[in-house]
Amino acid sequence: MIHAMLHPLEALGLQAAGPMEQFQILPIIPLTLGDIDISFTNSALWMTIGVAAIIVFFAMATGRRALIPGRLQSMAEILHEFVANLVRDTIGHDGKKFFPYVFTLFIYIFVANYFGLIPSIPGSAHELHTFTTTSHIIVTFSLAMVTITIVLVYGFAKNGLKFLKLFAPAGLPFVLYFLIVPIEIISFLSRPISLGVRLFANMLAGHIILKLFAGFVISLLGAGGFAMILSIAPFLGSVAIFLLEFLVAGLQAYVFAILTCIYLSDAAHAAEH
Amino acid sequence: MLSSILLAAEEAVEAAESGGLPQLDASTWPSQIFWLAVTFAILYWLMSSYFLPRIGGAIEERRDRIADDLDKAAESKRLAEEAEAAFNRSLGEARIRARAIAGEARDEAAAEIVAMQKEADASLAGKTAEAEKRIHDMKANAAAKVREAANDTTRAIVEALILETPTDAVVSAAVAKAVKA
Repeated sequence: MIHAMLHPLEALGLQAAGPMEQFQILPIIPLTLGDIDISFTNSALWMTIGVAAIIVFFAMATGRRALIPGRLQSMAEILHEFVANLVRDTIGHDGKKFFPYVFTLFIYIFVANYFGLIPSIPGSAHELHTFTTTSHIIVTFSLAMVTITIVLVYGFAKNGLKFLKLFAPAGLPFVLYFLIVPIEIISFLSRPISLGVRLFANMLAGHIILKLFAGFVISLLGAGGFAMILSIAPFLGSVAIFLLEFLVAGLQAYVFAILTCIYLSDAAHAAEH
Repeated sequence: MLSSILLAAEEAVEAAESGGLPQLDASTWPSQIFWLAVTFAILYWLMSSYFLPRIGGAIEERRDRIADDLDKAAESKRLAEEAEAAFNRSLGEARIRARAIAGEARDEAAAEIVAMQKEADASLAGKTAEAEKRIHDMKANAAAKVREAANDTTRAIVEALILETPTDAVVSAAVAKAVKA
């Protein structure tokens, strides 16, 4: 019934896709590694586009390496200083060796979040629709696990068994340790989950709401008559949500980076607790 | 209108329920992890080995250059201050010297004036003495001439009176006597 109503709009390439369609993983080039399916999908495509864009940007920004920087070089330097300050302020002197990782993490998530906000080309194949790679929990959770793995490996390598003091801060009454140690362990184990879920959930919710509002606009336009006038309301709503998502995209990349720094700082300074 | 909104919402809920979240379809996970690892690793490698050192290097270079320039500016300022101090010093010296020279010149001039005055006084005194002497001589001369004239006149009068020529000595004595009287 809805399809019949939407026909004239569909001709323009405007079709009300379900709010979950944007998250579908669609293979573009089927590939397998042994028994494992590692097809080049729309997700992989947007990861590649994001990384390629970052590489092109930095290649152009660092091409001249002028004493007096141009616009691109200024942007790259501001990004560099921004993340460098973040790392220095949270981790301290030991932070230097983690700077490339935190920077890569930040810029990767930042670009993935923002590229996900680009509207798809109307009428293009579903495989080529804009895809937010960070809206998939497996991606954000994997990134979180990388961070936690680094924390564990570096923590034990630097502090040895004193790393375990992270779970038992010094200077508490003995009885309290029965309470504190399990709490600390649970809090440590929940870190990768909260880190991964925070980013994933923000992206997921934002894009669903965005798509719902957009869907309402299309439905109301398709209904014709008085309803067409009412479609302005969800349209303005989707603009407002888009602005919010624009903020969230940058903010969540920052939050991911700063939490990574805080966890790394714990690993660097565990023995001092 | 309301029904169409409800329909759209219903469809959304249905899609979510029927297909389930695409995120929870574990069959797509290996591919996502694989491509995440590949793209992230490439980006990390390029960032850590190439782009970040270049940006950091440029920033460092600029910082060094600015510090250098500031050092140079401080050095120039120090030199300028030194030059100013030297200038002031030589200015002071010159002022002292000028004052000394002026004093000397003043003393010299005063001495010269005193000497000249002495000279003038001396020559003036000489001239006065000379003039006085000349006046005195002229007076004496005139007196002698008057006396001679008196002698001559006396002799002539005596000759005319007694037809006898008196001797000079007698005449002079008589004239002197008369003058005295």
